[in-house]
Amino acid sequence: MSAAPLLALERLTRAFGALNAVNGVSLSVAARERRVIIGPNGAGKTTLFNLITGHLAPTTGRIVLGGVPVTGLPPHAIARRGLARSFQRNSLFPRLPVLENLRLAAAADGVGSWRLLGRVERLPAPLARARETAEAVGLAERLDVLAGALSYGEQRQLEVGLALATRPRLLLLDEPTAGMSPEETARMTRMLEGLPREITLLIIEHDMDVVASLADRVTVLHYGEVLTEGSFAHVKADPRVYEVYLGSA
Amino acid sequence: MRARVALFALVVAAVAAFPLEAGPYPVKLLQEILIFGIFAMSLDLLMGYAGMVSFGHSAFFGIGAYTAALILVKWPGLTTALLVPAAAAALGALVIGFFSIRVSGVYFIMLTLAFSQMFHAVAFQNAFLGAEDGLVGVPRPDVLGLSIGTLGRFHAYLLVIVALLALFLWRVTRSPFGHVLRGIHENEARMQALGYPVSRYKLAAFVLAGTVAGIAGALYTQFQGSVSPDAFLWTTSGQALLMVIIGGTGTLGGAFLGAAAFILLQSIVSSYTERWMLILGLTFVLLVLFAPGGIVGTLRGRVGLRA
Repeated sequence: MSAAPLLALERLTRAFGALNAVNGVSLSVAARERRVIIGPNGAGKTTLFNLITGHLAPTTGRIVLGGVPVTGLPPHAIARRGLARSFQRNSLFPRLPVLENLRLAAAADGVGSWRLLGRVERLPAPLARARETAEAVGLAERLDVLAGALSYGEQRQLEVGLALATRPRLLLLDEPTAGMSPEETARMTRMLEGLPREITLLIIEHDMDVVASLADRVTVLHYGEVLTEGSFAHVKADPRVYEVYLGSA
Repeated sequence: MRARVALFALVVAAVAAFPLEAGPYPVKLLQEILIFGIFAMSLDLLMGYAGMVSFGHSAFFGIGAYTAALILVKWPGLTTALLVPAAAAALGALVIGFFSIRVSGVYFIMLTLAFSQMFHAVAFQNAFLGAEDGLVGVPRPDVLGLSIGTLGRFHAYLLVIVALLALFLWRVTRSPFGHVLRGIHENEARMQALGYPVSRYKLAAFVLAGTVAGIAGALYTQFQGSVSPDAFLWTTSGQALLMVIIGGTGTLGGAFLGAAAFILLQSIVSSYTERWMLILGLTFVLLVLFAPGGIVGTLRGRVGLRA
């Protein structure tokens, strides 16, 4: 085996009443890996994300990020350790322009954000990174538009852009192509493929074409448990995976 | 940007050039506008920028006012007139904020209201604080070795302090910190997910707004030469809220304009009728219905300017 994984989940469980939405999930993602999580609705994918990002506390189990346990830390503290996340439903700053949306994300490492008197324009680093990110997610022409006035597809691009602008080590994307047209999906996929390998990806995705082109490895969740894990070809060939998807339809 | 600086300079010049010969009443009205203007602006930083609607801002106004009254009697200097009351209000805001920012929305409103009313109850009953009569006979401080007892000198003193505070608040709203507050207002959960320790920023905003409110309270004590428990009363918080809303939230300048509109309306209408509250209430209802952006918001809409 190679070096220690960037992200390790150890027998993670989250109960909602009598239901274990996530049930004893162990999973490890190596640095530079691109992992996709699939599974039918209600498999516990988003709950798993919420546990990793600190939005939910696990009932039992441990989360280790970059060798350091982060279980129980608040979301901002986990984010500061190099984890960024995009949401399944857009979570933007609708009444602020695209550039300011991205600048806020780029400035989240805290450098200078406590200054009471300086001007935002005088801190060039976050602004530069905001522009770079806008370029990367295809919003360079829309910098002055309010986020709330963007088209849905553009808002999805910005949603991913916000996570990207924090320059994460580990990027969690919750259905980045949800609700997108085929062209928009193709563009998003190309963008994600073009990301530097230094950014480790953990993606929830339903679109099998996207999964096929992005995933190094695929983890299949079912009823809160890991059903199987492996290359896309391996997972595709597993009859249980077909059963799970057809059975849930 | 240039236009704002020009407008600010114009207002300062107008206040400075206000003819003191007009008699004490109009001058005092103007001074009251200055004091409540900066008080309302401090609330706007909280409401309009950080999105925290507080109904207990009088707590800090009162702490500043009482602190000034207590210590000016013994040591009438600039430090005791402004810095010590500011520090006291900051401390009060730190404590109240520590508990209040854990909740938001209506619960935040109720909690801040409850804290300020507790202060009112203490001031109203405590003999050391003059109970319901408050503290009277508070001297004005000496500034740079000069007494500011006269109308003209006090006017200049007030103008300088208020202008500096307004400038400070304005700079804060443009600073990286101010932008973080706007981000929190827009989408608190996302700010947290991005890595911002949101509650620390909210507490800092609360303390900052409380500190400026405390200075406003201290100035009010010096303006009146006395302080009463009314400084802590919820109506003082309510007035500041009205001023901000009338003027336009999230504009700072609007809060000042709102304070001017409120105080002028109050003084003009109350000179004609006992029922001035009714007229004021009706005006407020009409304003909210037909100019929901407040004075500044509506003007901007007319001229087609963006924030």
